[in-house]
Amino acid sequence: MLSHLLPGLASLAKRGLAGWLVIFGGILVSVVVVMTIVSPWIAPHDPSAINVGQPLSPPSSQFPFGTDDVGRDMLSRIISGGGIMLQVAILSVIVCLMIGVPLGLFSSHTGGVIDRFVSLIMDSVYAFPGLILAIAIALVLGRGVINMALSIAVVYVPSYFRVIRSQVLSIKEMPYVEAANAAGARKRTVLSRYILPNVVPSIAVVATVNFADAILTAAGLTFIGMGVPVNVPDWGWDLTNGRRLLPSGAWWVITFPGVMIILLALGFTLMGEGLSELLSPRLEQ
Amino acid sequence: MTVDALTVEYWTRKGKIRAVEDMSFSLEKAETLGVVGESGSGKSTLGLSLIGLVPFPGRITKGKIILKDKEVLKLRKDDLRNLRGKEICYVFQDPMTSLNPVKKIGAHFVELIRTHEPQVTKQEALKRAKKLLKDVGIQPERLNDYPHQLSGGMRQRVMIGLAIALNPSIVVADEPTTALDVIVQAKILDLLNALRDAYGMALILITHDLSIVLQRSDRIMVMYAGHMVEYAPSIEIYSNPKHPYTQGLLKSIPNIELADQKLEAISGSPPDLLDLPKGCRFWPRCYCAFERCRMEAPPLITTGTEHFTRCFLYEEGRKA
Repeated sequence: MLSHLLPGLASLAKRGLAGWLVIFGGILVSVVVVMTIVSPWIAPHDPSAINVGQPLSPPSSQFPFGTDDVGRDMLSRIISGGGIMLQVAILSVIVCLMIGVPLGLFSSHTGGVIDRFVSLIMDSVYAFPGLILAIAIALVLGRGVINMALSIAVVYVPSYFRVIRSQVLSIKEMPYVEAANAAGARKRTVLSRYILPNVVPSIAVVATVNFADAILTAAGLTFIGMGVPVNVPDWGWDLTNGRRLLPSGAWWVITFPGVMIILLALGFTLMGEGLSELLSPRLEQ
Repeated sequence: MTVDALTVEYWTRKGKIRAVEDMSFSLEKAETLGVVGESGSGKSTLGLSLIGLVPFPGRITKGKIILKDKEVLKLRKDDLRNLRGKEICYVFQDPMTSLNPVKKIGAHFVELIRTHEPQVTKQEALKRAKKLLKDVGIQPERLNDYPHQLSGGMRQRVMIGLAIALNPSIVVADEPTTALDVIVQAKILDLLNALRDAYGMALILITHDLSIVLQRSDRIMVMYAGHMVEYAPSIEIYSNPKHPYTQGLLKSIPNIELADQKLEAISGSPPDLLDLPKGCRFWPRCYCAFERCRMEAPPLITTGTEHFTRCFLYEEGRKA
């Protein structure tokens, strides 16, 4: 796998700024993901164990990121706190892909009244402010990783739908699609072999950008207490905790989880921006 | 194949446009029919209607198309789909975009063959694809290339290979060489004719350029504003054109045998199909139009064996 990856990276580097954006974003994201996966082995302390050190001790050589108000090691919580957020983001993107892409393909290719109806529903969802809608749905569904992922997915399905729909509108008029029809291809063949592969680049771009949004929304949901139970380490929850402790001068409890969320979202955004630049070469010409 | 009184209309907001009106002709086995007309004369619509693929908002409002004792327009959806690609194949104008950019050349063949003959395995289909590529003059190794790795002429050859893959009875080539340069153009047209003889299929060659079909077709149909204005063997069209429009077209082609030939253009432009002139559709541009042309539309008139024209000049009892 690595032998395939390296030449790819090299060719990315040749594509100028956009290529470097993708590389840099990719590195950021993979570092965070790998760190989260191996956290049980690299975290110096149990992230949920209390009284590991003096409560609210500032960063020191023993606790580089300090401790929180019950004496938990912040460094360990940072290392393992991304798990929930990543799970939620990945799940929500998968759900979005499974709903938004087929819906966009079908609606756009069918056209007519069906297309207008589906577009109307999608646009109404799109019109809501994302975070507020996600909060409302999360309130109804209750806590938990899957529920969070679902409430985020509902918010972002319309972005997939809109991008896919507009792409399909132009691709279905391409001569090769007409040629496929003239050669007697079935409708589902035309959709799956001719139209879908040609919208994949756009799907990749939306999914990457959507990852960043999902991370931020997941953090927001946890921040207001709609997330996971308190005993699981999570950056979003540490933000809430840190906000309470900030007036007493304990800046480290809120700062480090915040920076991690920003870094992860930044990584995804950079990848998305770079990809969209690379995969839509028409803009350059 | 026999086409009888075919009429295709586009139902637009501004009104119905008759893109093809009252078209009747027949096509023999291994015959080449050249369809000539200006842009908007309905020649592409005619080609697409043969496989029931008139683009929205067009519809076929009248007429019959009979192919091998089957009425094409009355076929069920699945039968019609089977007819496309297998009995009647289409070669489109623009080879650059007529192949799916994300599929290899071989995959195009495999998919086409297996759509219509599901029992064929992938290996067999690829084997047939290799032979087809050889027939159209491309190295068989090119099966593993993507469309963007081929030149325009090669892609058009691939399109032709796809068209003949299932040994169809008719190949419709809609301006197959417009996007190619002159030398490639001649090669592609010769290839089409060679394949026609080899595979015994009929060829409908749609073009705006009378000169390229003159030598290569058996019969030529000249279209003007949705009407067939002249329909005759190509030697007749060349040596004895009847309709003033055909005569005009011929005068605009340089002829090596006529030393001091003056090239002439037909003045004016074709009519708006929403706002057709009364009477003959060509009279505003016709050099020999007379009173009656402005009032009545001329019917198709027989002026000799297999020679039909839509002009009052050749009515019985009247000397041209």
